[in-house]
Amino acid sequence: MVLFSQCIGAPRGVSQCTSRSTRPTKRSATHVVATAVTALFAAAIAALPTSPALAMNIQTVKSPGGIEAWLVEDGSVPLVALRFAFVGGNSQDPNEKPGVAHFVTSMLDEGAGDLDARAFQERMEEIAMKMSYDDSRDLIYGSLQSLSENLDESAELLSLALTKPRFDQDAVERVRGQLLANLSFASKSPQQIATKAWFKAAFGDHPYGRETNGTLDSVKAITPDDLHAYVKANFARDNLRVVAVGDISAERLGALLDKVFGGLPETADLKPVADVTLPTGGKQKVIELDVPQSVALFGLPSLARKDPDFIPAFVLNHILGGGGFSSKLMEEVREKRGLAYSVYSYLNPLDHSAIMQGSVATKNEAIAESLDVIRAELEKIAKDGVSPEDLKAAQDYLTGSYALRFDSNSKIASQLLGIRVEELGLDYVNTRNKQIEAVGVTDVKRAASRFLDPDDLITVIVGKPEGIEVRG
Amino acid sequence: MNRSGLPRHLLPTFFALAMLMLAATLQSPTADAQSRVSEFKLDNGMQIIVVPDTRAPVVTHMVWYRVGAADEAPGVSGIAHFLEHLMFKSTDKIPMGEFSKIVARLGGQDNAFTSQDATAYFQRISKDRLKDVMAMEADRMVNLRLTEKEVLTERDVIEEERRSRIENRPESKLAEQMDAVLYKSHPYGTPVIGWMHEISSLTQKDALSFYKRFYAPNNAILVVTGDVVTDEVYELAKETFGGIPGNPAVPSERFRPAEPPHIAPRRVTLTDPRAGKESLTRYYLAPSYGTAEGSDAEALEVLMKIMASGTTSRMYRSLVVDKKLASSAGGWYSGSSRDSGKISVYAIAADGQDMETIESEIDAVIAEVKANGVTQAELDRAKKSLRAEYVYQSDSQASLARRYGWAVTIGQTVADVDAWPDDIAKVTAEEVQAAAKKYLDMNSSVTGLLLPAPAAKRADKQPAQAVPPRG
Repeated sequence: MVLFSQCIGAPRGVSQCTSRSTRPTKRSATHVVATAVTALFAAAIAALPTSPALAMNIQTVKSPGGIEAWLVEDGSVPLVALRFAFVGGNSQDPNEKPGVAHFVTSMLDEGAGDLDARAFQERMEEIAMKMSYDDSRDLIYGSLQSLSENLDESAELLSLALTKPRFDQDAVERVRGQLLANLSFASKSPQQIATKAWFKAAFGDHPYGRETNGTLDSVKAITPDDLHAYVKANFARDNLRVVAVGDISAERLGALLDKVFGGLPETADLKPVADVTLPTGGKQKVIELDVPQSVALFGLPSLARKDPDFIPAFVLNHILGGGGFSSKLMEEVREKRGLAYSVYSYLNPLDHSAIMQGSVATKNEAIAESLDVIRAELEKIAKDGVSPEDLKAAQDYLTGSYALRFDSNSKIASQLLGIRVEELGLDYVNTRNKQIEAVGVTDVKRAASRFLDPDDLITVIVGKPEGIEVRG
Repeated sequence: MNRSGLPRHLLPTFFALAMLMLAATLQSPTADAQSRVSEFKLDNGMQIIVVPDTRAPVVTHMVWYRVGAADEAPGVSGIAHFLEHLMFKSTDKIPMGEFSKIVARLGGQDNAFTSQDATAYFQRISKDRLKDVMAMEADRMVNLRLTEKEVLTERDVIEEERRSRIENRPESKLAEQMDAVLYKSHPYGTPVIGWMHEISSLTQKDALSFYKRFYAPNNAILVVTGDVVTDEVYELAKETFGGIPGNPAVPSERFRPAEPPHIAPRRVTLTDPRAGKESLTRYYLAPSYGTAEGSDAEALEVLMKIMASGTTSRMYRSLVVDKKLASSAGGWYSGSSRDSGKISVYAIAADGQDMETIESEIDAVIAEVKANGVTQAELDRAKKSLRAEYVYQSDSQASLARRYGWAVTIGQTVADVDAWPDDIAKVTAEEVQAAAKKYLDMNSSVTGLLLPAPAAKRADKQPAQAVPPRG
């Protein structure tokens, strides 16, 4: 949720502002029981929400060197946002050394080419360039933001970072210290302990079950050679996806693509990752931690992004737990019973598996009740599907709010990169609302019958929960 | 955790719109901004700020109230935030719990937040729905309806919110303690969310009396950014909010007790087995953009950028890169409050390093700036970086709305906001050094230590490797 930049005060994000709701997911939706809305707003409710046209022209740009990108040209702000991803991600970590990909993403502003860390970082600041990286189970994400006037200089540094990272020993040791400190904090954070344990319980020895940021032992053992090896195998042109938004022409982007990415090897050397399904039959684990509030993570097998029933499943999730204050989980757990500040669910379609995940945090003595309520909602929706009213409300929100995802250059860039990575096609921004509108109650019911079995729930609770049974 | 220590609070009151119009240089962005922002006042006292941004067919609609946690009476801490939650319950026209659902059904997103100085409600929605959400916001400005049951259930929610935000996080508990010690008299020492024991006894009556006292058009600011025509927003606001009479009982002055002189450094130590690493945080009392004399606030902004923000800063260079005492270190200036600002610095201990050595080195970095000031190269880089940062932040219409609303609720004007980039450009090295001397004063500071275990019991403690020169 949007919190003010000004509200964030102390190290590690102590908030000075307090907001009505926060959720760690970008998704947002709704269902509405639109029965008793009176006079003033009745007309508004009855009318179809508009789906504002996305007045965007997405061009496909191919560089002279053969690198393809999507571009939305917009000169109204003197900025260029370049977003890219390399397919691979944490799953490409060496089996015995989880955390290499994460280490690499933490090192890419620590010196490249002739510039050591200090020279590189000062140069970035002089040209006011912003470059950041993130890693996920399937992808490494990169982001460049540059003032138009400094674009060439920014591209130069970005190219160096990707093609000639130095991984100097002293910089490696410094970042290692930071990564180890992060792991220490994570080892005391209920949310992070639960996440780690949930993926282990769900995926076991599969690469998805590994600790994405590594372990104290693995991070201590990672060498500069490991980092170079990862970059060599994973940063290539054939697994690269690029989009650009802002103050740049197609021609200039073409030249820039070759300058930045042209020095990468043509093909990545990726290890095969097996497809994996979650175990069925359910599990419930408790990890003791002396905190007043238990944090629970729950999840189930779900549907792949390319599955024809993915969109119905997505709409279902909005109604269940994706739609903020309009969702069933929020209604039952928070609004009716006051059991939690935050409760939600979301679909997480990975490249080699598909899951629905969710979370709730409730004081230790009442966490069992929260989980019972959540399970009951899952059972209800699995058995009965959704009502036409709930479906309509979800569709109205999802289609009406789609334009809100495209109201800034950086948001447009994120959306486009997501569409490219999922291989949904250039036309997706125009067809997406139609796909949502086409979903009927029978589609939702069919989707639910294909994955939503509450007996398969894998739940991890961290805290000192009362009345929780351990299973599986 | 933010390894690079990028500014978290960055750019207090800035603003951004100017940047939408910015030409290829950063020389003088403000003229364009002033031509884009419009201000009005309705007869009932409601202030209106409109900032067109036509890139997407959507709007951000916000209503800000000049009331926050620091306006609460003693003993009812958390009531401002509690009321913010309750504002989503019901009115004559909105059935219980339907507010957000109606907004969602219209394809919009809504939320609200409370700070020490302001409470704000917002919707982001398709531009042709502006009228609808405006009507809903006007309705709940004066027609809130509560039932005892809903109030009590929501109080449970807020207790859970406090557990999530504070009780479950040792670093938040320490920060809360430090604020309580930093402010001896001023209510900024009381947490926005409230103390748990006071939250637990808040009532429907408390909420409604706070509501009646502070929620009125003459205590509100409407901010609309997005794909709008300014005159149309004004007409719409007049139709919608204009019929609500001003409330003469709204306090005309926001009375907050002033701080007495601070004459001694304070220390707070929190030992908590759930702390991940030993860390030190220090707060210094400082002026805010609202209270600063001359260019002190801007000078503090530049000072903290040079001294503590990011991997190029002095603090990071010294503690993390050169002396390897800390795994991360940094700091920032928070100037966007009405009555007082704050300077924060922090360091997280590297393995085997003791807090005494770390604190000495922080003191040494500060002493060096006070004694010898900053270099021209540092000054130029910091100013460029701060000015560029708001160009980047200008990309979002939602942040435009927040910046103007925030500034006005803490007593600044739109013109103050618009002048910020130029004010930063004018800061001199002498002003930066003077600000360091004046405000980095231990007597007005609180130093907080967060320890995973009592220091004496640690068997694995190693001697410090690098003892920095004092100076």
